[in-house]
Amino acid sequence: MIRFDNVSKSYPKQNRPALRDVSLEIEKGEFVFLVGSSGSGKSTFLRLLLREERASHGQVHVLGKDLARLSNWKVPQMRRQLGTVFQDFRLLPNKTVAENVAFALEVIGKPRGEIRKAVPQVLELVGLGGKESRMPGELSGGEQQRVAIARAFVNRPMLLIADEPTGNLDPQTSVGIMKLLDRINRTGTTVIMATHDQQIVDQMRKRVIELDQGRLVRDQSRGVYGYQH
Amino acid sequence: MRAQFVLSEIGVGLRRNLTMTFAVIVSVALSLALFGGSLLMNEQVNSMKGYWYDKANVSIYLCNKTDKANFSSCAKGAVTDEQKKQIKADLEKMPLVQSIHFETSEEAYKHYKEEFGSQPLATVVTADQMQESFRIKLKDPTKYEVISSAFQKRPGVQTVEDQKDTLKSLFNLLRYMNWGALGVMFLMLVVALLLIVNTVRVSAFSRRRETGIMRLVGASSFYIQVPFIMEAAVAGLLGGILACVLLVCGQQFLVNNLLATHIDVIQFIGWDAVLTKLPLVLATGLLMPALAAFAALWKYLKV
Repeated sequence: MIRFDNVSKSYPKQNRPALRDVSLEIEKGEFVFLVGSSGSGKSTFLRLLLREERASHGQVHVLGKDLARLSNWKVPQMRRQLGTVFQDFRLLPNKTVAENVAFALEVIGKPRGEIRKAVPQVLELVGLGGKESRMPGELSGGEQQRVAIARAFVNRPMLLIADEPTGNLDPQTSVGIMKLLDRINRTGTTVIMATHDQQIVDQMRKRVIELDQGRLVRDQSRGVYGYQH
Repeated sequence: MRAQFVLSEIGVGLRRNLTMTFAVIVSVALSLALFGGSLLMNEQVNSMKGYWYDKANVSIYLCNKTDKANFSSCAKGAVTDEQKKQIKADLEKMPLVQSIHFETSEEAYKHYKEEFGSQPLATVVTADQMQESFRIKLKDPTKYEVISSAFQKRPGVQTVEDQKDTLKSLFNLLRYMNWGALGVMFLMLVVALLLIVNTVRVSAFSRRRETGIMRLVGASSFYIQVPFIMEAAVAGLLGGILACVLLVCGQQFLVNNLLATHIDVIQFIGWDAVLTKLPLVLATGLLMPALAAFAALWKYLKV
């Protein structure tokens, strides 16, 4: 599903590379936590997956494709098979919940009938049934993140990438979000989640990948957050 | 591609930048009106050229009795009948000459009266002050120098004049005006394009949230860019339509109603000339801003 072969990434005007010689493999259907302090290279790792950046050295394979050899105009097609969730939700404030989710399908040219069917379905799945016509501003943080997850998942992606999805939420709400991500994972979708939340990682007991200063320092199945904090 | 979705995006974008859009429309309209105007001006000059060059003669003005003091070439006094005969005979021998018309001073006086009869000065001029002249039509109008060099120094000849020369300076003046109009057009066009680039930048910035999400969920770059390009194209098209209205008004009120009624000697261009320019103006109005927007997106909207 995902394979990194000796991947390094350095940005121009920065001496220290963001990623150094990272090699790993993630299988279909896995749930993976990506941990590490700020500046450890987590964001770069995710940006490489999304092909927002290209690796300086090494190869990144996502969904069986070598991203270095993927031409620019094929990138959107590739991204349609990925779902993305962020700490700051990234919802459109002037659209309703249903419109926000529908937007993701509209802009990739899905037919209207399909959109009308898929949107209520996925909102039901994330536990927002009945809130279709609310505006994001009227929702709690947890609910907003559920909308974002619904938007990421409505196209039934093979891979869900979550960048600190619980970073803005209180612990109780976070648990709800984690249950939702777990449920999505159980449908066969691979989930990669970057997080700082020790409690969540320790409770879920999933595979943990730790980065430190761009190096892969730990890859542990059924791992915990780590010793340092 | 869902047309309705794109259309609503364009509408939102145009309304959001209403003042910018207005500025784009006006500057595109002015530059295209100047563009069309100078095309028409060019056509006018060409048609006048054909018309006047066709009528243009080489004139050999002969000395009359009052020229003795004013022209060194006439120092020997008025032209004699003998000299006239000789010049006529020589002209008839030249293969270059197509036709010769001798204009008597009475004829010249009559033409003068027709042209300037209403002006006060015309009443002072008498028939015997007018010069006699040979009006010569050449087979090849560019070979004027042949006549000039053969007859300029003849006794009894005051001057040899190529009417094309006088026309030429008039046409040159019109040409320079035309270049000036094109220059102004060019500046206006630069202003218009810069405005479009700026509009796109503002627009891309204010919609970075939408475009960011579109990018993430895998919308094609075409889909992301089209609303911006269409926005510019719609504004440009409106500017083009306004320019067409200006051109049509110019033809109706300036040329047809004003110039044509006051100036009889010039054949002004008609509606067909104006109407054939309009599609070009519209197409330019549509395409130039779209291209400018496309170039701006390349810089300000990472896809």
